[in-house]
Amino acid sequence: MAKVTFNEDLCKGCELCTTVCPKNIVIMDKHRINSKGYHPATVEEMDKCIGCAFCARICPDVVIEVEK
Amino acid sequence: MAKVFEKPKALTDKPFHYCPGCTHGIVHCLVAEAIDELGIREKTVGVAPVGCAVFAYDYFNCDMHEAAHGRAPAVATGIKRVLPDNVVFTYQGDGDLASIGAAEIVHAANRGERLTTIFINNAIYGMTGGQMAPTSLVGQVTTTSPYGRSADTEGHPIRVSEMLATLEGVAYIERVSVHDIKNINRAKKAIKKAFEIQLEGKGFALVEVLSTCPTNWGMTPIEALRWLETNMIPYYPLGVKKEVE
Amino acid sequence: MAKVLMKGNEAIAEAAIQAGCRYFFGYPITPQNEIPAYMAKMLPKVGGCFLQAESEISAINMVYGAAGAGARVMTSSSSPGISLKQEGISYIVGAELPCLIVNIVRGGPGLGGIQPAQSDYFQAVKGGGHGDYHMVVLAPSSIQEMVDLVTDGFDIADKYRNPVMILGDGMLGQMMEPVEFREKKTILPEKPWATTGNKEGKPRNIINSLFIDPQGLEDHVLKLYKKYDEMKENEVRVECYNCEDAEIIIAAYGTMARIAKNVIQMAEEQGIKIGLIRPITLWPFPVDTFKKWADSHHVKAFLSLEMSMGQMVEDIRLSVDGAKPVHFYGRTGGMVPTPKAILEEIKKIREGI
Repeated sequence: MAKVTFNEDLCKGCELCTTVCPKNIVIMDKHRINSKGYHPATVEEMDKCIGCAFCARICPDVVIEVEK
Repeated sequence: MAKVFEKPKALTDKPFHYCPGCTHGIVHCLVAEAIDELGIREKTVGVAPVGCAVFAYDYFNCDMHEAAHGRAPAVATGIKRVLPDNVVFTYQGDGDLASIGAAEIVHAANRGERLTTIFINNAIYGMTGGQMAPTSLVGQVTTTSPYGRSADTEGHPIRVSEMLATLEGVAYIERVSVHDIKNINRAKKAIKKAFEIQLEGKGFALVEVLSTCPTNWGMTPIEALRWLETNMIPYYPLGVKKEVE
Repeated sequence: MAKVLMKGNEAIAEAAIQAGCRYFFGYPITPQNEIPAYMAKMLPKVGGCFLQAESEISAINMVYGAAGAGARVMTSSSSPGISLKQEGISYIVGAELPCLIVNIVRGGPGLGGIQPAQSDYFQAVKGGGHGDYHMVVLAPSSIQEMVDLVTDGFDIADKYRNPVMILGDGMLGQMMEPVEFREKKTILPEKPWATTGNKEGKPRNIINSLFIDPQGLEDHVLKLYKKYDEMKENEVRVECYNCEDAEIIIAAYGTMARIAKNVIQMAEEQGIKIGLIRPITLWPFPVDTFKKWADSHHVKAFLSLEMSMGQMVEDIRLSVDGAKPVHFYGRTGGMVPTPKAILEEIKKIREGI
């Protein structure tokens, strides 16, 4: 099992992370807005995460931390 | 569970001011990881340019200089000559390095200064609002090439890596990109190698990183990565341009 | 220490080395070429570093880097080259870095000439770079004084973390006079602010002149100006010669002060009492000295004597503030005023009083 955590208030909603997840589980949370006014990136189906850290790798604001 | 990815120590806690999806942030992270992995943070001195990365002295968690526009290689030369045992790097954009600072980068490279330069090529001036850069592609529309850059009036984009690779003082030059995971990993290796070259005292090292500028290209961050891939890479071929043994 | 016959430019370089300067970044330009040449030969012998940069712009930015890394560092050039360095000097002031900048002035504007001149006065003292700033500007009038002011210049720069400029001219740079090197500096001041790497938890040092928040910038500039007030308080240097019951006082610095002393002698023989005020610091300007003599009843007028179209004359008028008339006589483009011509000028002024 692996886990990703998002430092949500740093996310600028650029969506790059959503394009590289091999499991397509990184999505933009359309229900919420962070303190900057963006929809933050999130993972709802954490059980599918394989901890590859691709999302963290491409994040321009170092928002994502990955554990495995 | 163990941490597989976290913010590198060589980055401060200051959030980046860069636009959403700007690849500066990715490259900052790669440089910081290289510094951490080589264990050199406490003896590294960085030189920030004038341009979008002008605030890099707030982001890299080591001693930093803020240089005048284009003069980072000269400032870095001054630092390195005084502190030969420190690791000195410059982080520069295409306007800073290839336009106003062209003489400085050519001569620092030619002198074989033991420096590492991270050169961000996003084919535009970002901080000042989207002007044409020496690396803007022919036909590229910017605020100062509103009808598209034309070769006969503005000349052709400069391939800096190939140009500098002809200089004897250069030990290592590679052009990389950050438009997808494979290339980001490739860029990380190149950046780390460029620091290692300095540690081994082999001469001048530079990594040119093809990058995006979603805001001034007028695209979404995701479209910008695709634009880079289809338009910049054919003109700026990736790969090692020089490497001394 | 025995006296040595030395050319001005080389004396400057030797004085800098003796003052502990180990880094020099320069570029060729007449009439200061002997300084980099001397440094190229001598610095390596003391473990120092000489580097000829690709331009004066690069050279001043190398000085910025070396100074920020904590070194005692110097550059030299001549008028056109000093113009190229102005942006760098403004950054060095903004980042509060100490260094010594030597200008061996030549005729201008443009490519001008290579003969001695003083037409860079405004650029030096009013600030040739952008923004509100000052530098201590030292004007030697002999080779010995060049040596002494280079030594003191480095200390003033370190004391205030601000660049110091030596304003010479082509004549002072090229002529030879016997000099004495008094004390060799080995212990230099500590620079905890320098970017030597932040080991053992030393706080991060940043050399920077960018203050994007306007209040932050104003606070910074006001801090710089507190230093300038201190400089005005502590660093003014001036020589008064033969002013006691002088009728007319010449104001002149550098080469022109030497010529003025000849004029004073000639005038004496003709029963005309002339004095000389010789500013040694062109900035901070010796305002009080001019005020004092302007209030003396026997002083009828001042004559600013310069190798330019008249630049220091403005600061004299500001200091004298209308108390007495301030005249100007000068030649430019490298023509050096002669004592005879100056005495003629003085006679005209006396008739006019």
